[in-house]
Amino acid sequence: MKLDWTRNETLVAVVILGFCVLAALSDPGFLSVATLTDLLRNGIVLGVFAVGVFVVLVSGGIDVSFTAVAAFTMYVTAMTLNALMPWMPWWGALAVGMAVGGLLGAINGVLIAGFGLPTLIVTLGTLSVFRGFMLTFIGQKQITTLPPGMREFGRMMLLRGENADGSFYSLHAAFVVTVLVVVLTWFILNRTMLGRAIYAIGGSVESARRIGINVRGVQFFVYVYVGVLAGLAGTIHASMARVANPFDLVGLELSVIAAVVLGGARLAGGYGTLTGTVLGVALIVLVRNSLIVLGIPSTFQSIAIGCLILIGTGLPAWQARRAAARAA
Amino acid sequence: MTAPLVTLDGVTKTYAGITALDGVGFSIAAGEAVCLAGENGSGKSTLIKILAGVERPDRGTIAFSGAVQGALTPRVSTDAGIKVIFQDFSLFPNLSVAENIAMTAEMGAGARLVRHGRIRDTARLTLDRIGVDIPLDAAVETLSVAHKQLVAIARALATDAKLIIMDEPTTTLTEREVRSLLAIIRLLKADGVAVLFVSHKLAEVLEVCEHVVVLRNGAKVAEGPADQFDAASLTLHMTGRAVGETPPAPLPPGAPVLLQVEALAKPGVFDDVTFALRAGEVLGVAGLLGSGRTALAKALFGLVAPEAGTIRLDGRPVPLGDPIAAAAAGIGYVPEDRLTEGLFLTQSIARNIAIGRLDAHARGGGVLDLSALWGETRDWLKRLAVKAPDPEAAVRSLSGGNQQRVVLARWMARGPRVLVLNGPSVGVDVGSKAEIHGIIADLAAQGLGVIVISDDLPELMATCHRILVMKGGRMVEDLPGGSVTTDGLAHRLAS
Amino acid sequence: MTDNSPLARLMTSPEGRLAVIAVAVFALMSVLSPDRFLSLQNMTSMAFQFPEFAILALAMTVTMLTGGIDLSVVGIANMTAIIAAMIMTRLTGAGDGTAVMLLALAASLALGMLAGLFNGLLVANLGLPPILATLGSGLIFTGIAIALTGGSAVMGLPPAMAWIGNSTILGIPTPLILFAVLAGALSLLLTRTAFGLKVQMYGANPLAARFAAIDITGMLIRVYVLSGALAAIAGMVVMSRANSAKADYGSSYLLLAVLIAVLGGVNPYGGYGRIIGVVLAVLAMQFLSSGLNMIGVSNFARELIWGALLIFVMIVNTWRPFARRT
Repeated sequence: MKLDWTRNETLVAVVILGFCVLAALSDPGFLSVATLTDLLRNGIVLGVFAVGVFVVLVSGGIDVSFTAVAAFTMYVTAMTLNALMPWMPWWGALAVGMAVGGLLGAINGVLIAGFGLPTLIVTLGTLSVFRGFMLTFIGQKQITTLPPGMREFGRMMLLRGENADGSFYSLHAAFVVTVLVVVLTWFILNRTMLGRAIYAIGGSVESARRIGINVRGVQFFVYVYVGVLAGLAGTIHASMARVANPFDLVGLELSVIAAVVLGGARLAGGYGTLTGTVLGVALIVLVRNSLIVLGIPSTFQSIAIGCLILIGTGLPAWQARRAAARAA
Repeated sequence: MTAPLVTLDGVTKTYAGITALDGVGFSIAAGEAVCLAGENGSGKSTLIKILAGVERPDRGTIAFSGAVQGALTPRVSTDAGIKVIFQDFSLFPNLSVAENIAMTAEMGAGARLVRHGRIRDTARLTLDRIGVDIPLDAAVETLSVAHKQLVAIARALATDAKLIIMDEPTTTLTEREVRSLLAIIRLLKADGVAVLFVSHKLAEVLEVCEHVVVLRNGAKVAEGPADQFDAASLTLHMTGRAVGETPPAPLPPGAPVLLQVEALAKPGVFDDVTFALRAGEVLGVAGLLGSGRTALAKALFGLVAPEAGTIRLDGRPVPLGDPIAAAAAGIGYVPEDRLTEGLFLTQSIARNIAIGRLDAHARGGGVLDLSALWGETRDWLKRLAVKAPDPEAAVRSLSGGNQQRVVLARWMARGPRVLVLNGPSVGVDVGSKAEIHGIIADLAAQGLGVIVISDDLPELMATCHRILVMKGGRMVEDLPGGSVTTDGLAHRLAS
Repeated sequence: MTDNSPLARLMTSPEGRLAVIAVAVFALMSVLSPDRFLSLQNMTSMAFQFPEFAILALAMTVTMLTGGIDLSVVGIANMTAIIAAMIMTRLTGAGDGTAVMLLALAASLALGMLAGLFNGLLVANLGLPPILATLGSGLIFTGIAIALTGGSAVMGLPPAMAWIGNSTILGIPTPLILFAVLAGALSLLLTRTAFGLKVQMYGANPLAARFAAIDITGMLIRVYVLSGALAAIAGMVVMSRANSAKADYGSSYLLLAVLIAVLGGVNPYGGYGRIIGVVLAVLAMQFLSSGLNMIGVSNFARELIWGALLIFVMIVNTWRPFARRT
């Protein structure tokens, strides 16, 4: 198969490969199951967030409130389950988290699809509202005793083992959830008319309206869906960390958007693939966790990610500009 | 005799006191092609919206196959088989050809899941029906304009179209593409599908039409079999009067050469363009779309970078591909698409003129001499007789003719040597058109060189000393004004 | 409906509505907590608090007028402050260090403009969408700040440095004076100079600006350089008030700056925005958060109320039943 260098996916995949080759050269221990499980573990929450952001970007919108939705959800879910439904099994806890997230997403949906307000401004506002509401009216203290369902989920491992040096490695079961989210989202986007309508709206809202797509309905779905995924990610995060800290997660939003954009999704909407998004997440996780292997101090992390964003989006922008100049 | 497919009777629509449509009535039979001609603002788009069910008429009735309809909605219209192909085609650039064609049909069938096989079959069948071959998996953004139009037609057919309304179907097509479009229209008609062409220039499609309806200022002013109309009579009906075809007074023989263009070339767009423009001369450039005339106009102003050739103004070379250098050298450009390229719609009338003179009125530290700037602006509003109650009002509140004068004033205030006017009277009413022609004559009288690019052949005849004919990116003829008639010119363009 | 009362006319512009909101909030807080809210002490402490993020909002406003955005302002503020702090801690000997401070401040301003130039080149010459260009460059600037300090605070600034953020001139807090001067200068720049009008016109229609032979590249570069300079000034105020510089100071200010600009009526898609609106938005928010503080509402409620206010104002500005048709 011929490599298509104009695609971000190719570019990101090559950078990942190059990174791994260099890392393996400078530290042969890099190529180990332990490194892999470690990276996969770090990609679980980021991956779920990224899939949600990707869907919004495809529809031509943007969401910066998802981290606040996640933090709000994990806190409220842990608190509610502790107080009212301690018997709830792990899957029930995840379901409650998704429901709470979906509800918050619906608020974004109403403001964006119903009132027709700009997506960046609305989600910027709800980011403050959700976070402020939680910290003011619900609580600011960490919940260190999670409900049994979340504790149970936090202990679930897909595999564990022992390294040659006697240290342990493990892969959390939540990784399966992330994989399922990717598969389900792929199915929605590529195999349902709803998904094609999301791409269509991202391509041209006006055309979508003219051929009779229910634009508001689709937008509403998108923001609820992001909310559900953010709620899920928040609940997973708390379960894995074994604590619900209301100050966690917020501040991560730009990194997630960066991962998705690196993967080839365009802010203008309509373009991008889940493959690209997954690769973008992989690259960000790699840089965040393994820069040190290349002999670069971890304090250079954000410089590296910043450069990747500029190169990853600058190259296509520059090519497009040159093509436009040639075409008159 | 069966009832016609669509019958309009006494359709009237007013917006905020302005009558957009006034008692318009005509009918379209199955398998018939009808031309609906009219200038911008004549009520064509309102009529399309009413037929599409987007707008409701205030009065009048619409009948489908003889049955008078109540309130039309987009749903009722599409179910009745009325499909509008808008000028921008309303396609999804990011989706494949097959999806674009079949999406509406699939949604209509209530599909929830993507059925790839059906989508491809539908696309294949409809494309076969109009006898064209476009790769089904190509993204629509990669297609040529003509192919996009065919995809839009195929999409309409895929949902069982009985009447296809085409808004300005030929404006962005080359001559060859128009021919193949006409062939497809004949196929559709033979299939029993009716077509309504809506445009301000329909001479190109007259040959496939049975019937012509002309609108002016919201009212039907002419109707009849297509063979009773030609380009000249259509223009006459649309504008309401014969535009004088007397060319301007000849140039004095000693007029110096102002602008010298030599061997200007941009591969694939235009090639070996050489001409001279003298002081006080109005030079017309005629050519169909795709002839390279708009690219040439933009190249003169630096918006398009030619790869070879020179432009000299007063003997001094003008840097290529740099609008700022072109403007500094004394070349001005009034764009074709006033609303997106010419005006800052939300900004004030005064600012829209002042934008060209900001640097001239900047004193130390870039601080503007505001009283001088606004004084000059008001002066230009007066000189060009812009009917603007308040220079601080947003420019979008003006009529088309006044808006065009604002753009002209912006450039005239800079005291240019050469003005390039692309479609100077597109979308302005008849009265303003004559006044804009008067402004062009005044500019030439002041010793400026003016280049007019226009589709409106009578306009070229009325304003230009000389007309250059462009075809396939080359200057093929150099006609002195008055040496040809409008029809003669039309033939030379199309042959 | 021809209601021509002064209030009704005031309510037709976004700035007018904001002025009403600001006055209403002030009045409400004065009534709820008369002796504390209206006290000189509270007024002074408010005047010390808001200039640092208000200056960042001014930077955001300039870029938003062109339809862009500058997500790197906080990164620039911290990077320039850290470098200024490092210069000062390395060079300060005896005395209050005024000379060293001036050198460091000049260096940080120059660096801020250089960072802005980098953004400008990315946006104007490379054609990157501003949101991505400044997201990337912001990470780089923050990254430089972290790499230089290892993430810890730079302390031990000369005593003179405290002056910018903590002193008063004729009883008026210096940061407030700085903000007032910057806002006034920016307002003049935007309404009275060729550059300012070009910025607004470009924001209204970039394509028409190109067809009107405006030097778009030069203008955009200057816009981002200006934004970088303002960010560096905000960084100095933060550094002076905290008496230290750190890579993660003011991390909540980024979204706050965007929020203030939009609340102030600046159109995030470009072409409209007035400095007076931004000033009123800052005041309304500061009155609200100080007042709420007085009556015992937690700090976090401010965030909630800011967000709610932003959404409320957006609904009022854009939703049909409210927006008057002209």
